Amino acid sequence: MTTTTGPHPTRRLILQGAASVALLGLGNLPFGATPARAAANDKYPEAAFRQKSEADAIKALYGKTAEPSDKVKLDAPEIAENGGVVPISVATTLDKVTSISFFVAENPNALAASYKIPEGTIPSVANRLKMAKTTNVIAIVEADGKLYSATKEVKVTVGGCGG
Amino acid sequence: MASTIRVRATANGDITEVQALIQHPMDSGFVKDSKGELIPAHFIQELKFEYNGKDVFVADWGPAVSKDPYVKFSFKGAKKGDDLKISWTDNKGASDTTTAKIS
Repeated sequence: MTTTTGPHPTRRLILQGAASVALLGLGNLPFGATPARAAANDKYPEAAFRQKSEADAIKALYGKTAEPSDKVKLDAPEIAENGGVVPISVATTLDKVTSISFFVAENPNALAASYKIPEGTIPSVANRLKMAKTTNVIAIVEADGKLYSATKEVKVTVGGCGG
Repeated sequence: MASTIRVRATANGDITEVQALIQHPMDSGFVKDSKGELIPAHFIQELKFEYNGKDVFVADWGPAVSKDPYVKFSFKGAKKGDDLKISWTDNKGASDTTTAKIS
C-alpha cells in the first residue's frame, strides 16, 4: 500500500487541501468534507466514494493509511467469471473493530462498501461487489483507531462495470 | 407491494447470524442501455439493521455493490422471537423498511 497521492490528484482533493489550510477561505464544501474519522460518524461518506484510486479513497474515508496485517482474512475467488457479482468476505481476529471497508483498485471509484461495526457485532462481513477488470481487492479493518489491510488479486473474465 | 428486503436472522446461542437480500438495480452510472444512452446511477447508499433501538450494523454502499445486493453479518445479544428492523435509502431518496423475527 502506498501513502503517496497519485500523479493526478482530483480537483476535489486539491480543494480539500486548500480549504483545510484556509488559504482561499472557501469555507465548507457542499458535503462538509472532513476526511478524518468520516467512517466513525453517521454521515454517508460521499467524498470517499468519489475518489478514483484506493489510496485517495482510504485517505478520504479514514484520514490515515493502513498497514497490511495477517489478522485480516480476506476471502475472494481466484477467478471471477462474472465481474458483476463477485462474492467477497472479510473476517478478523483483531479486537475493538469499529469498521470494515472494501476497495476495488481499478474500478472507476475504488471504494465499494464501508460497514460500521458497533460493539457487540462480530467483525466479519460477506457481500457481493462489482469489478470492472482483473485487479486487487483491498479490505480495510479499523480496530482500536488503527487501520489494517489485506489485499488479494481477483482475475475477472467479464467486467461488471461498463457497457 | 411486497417488500424489497428479504432477511433471515437465526439465533444460535448468543450469536445471531443475519443474511439479507435486497431487490435493487444498483445502477453504477457507467452502463449504457440498448439505445447507447447512459443509465443514470441508482444505488442504495445506506442500509441499516437495528435491534432494540440500537444500530447493530450499518452499511454505506457505493454503486460498485452488485445488483440485488446481499450481505451477511452476525451480532451478539439477541434472542429467538426478537425483532430486527432493516431499512435502506438510495441515492434518489427512495427507501424501504421491514421488520424480521429472529428465529
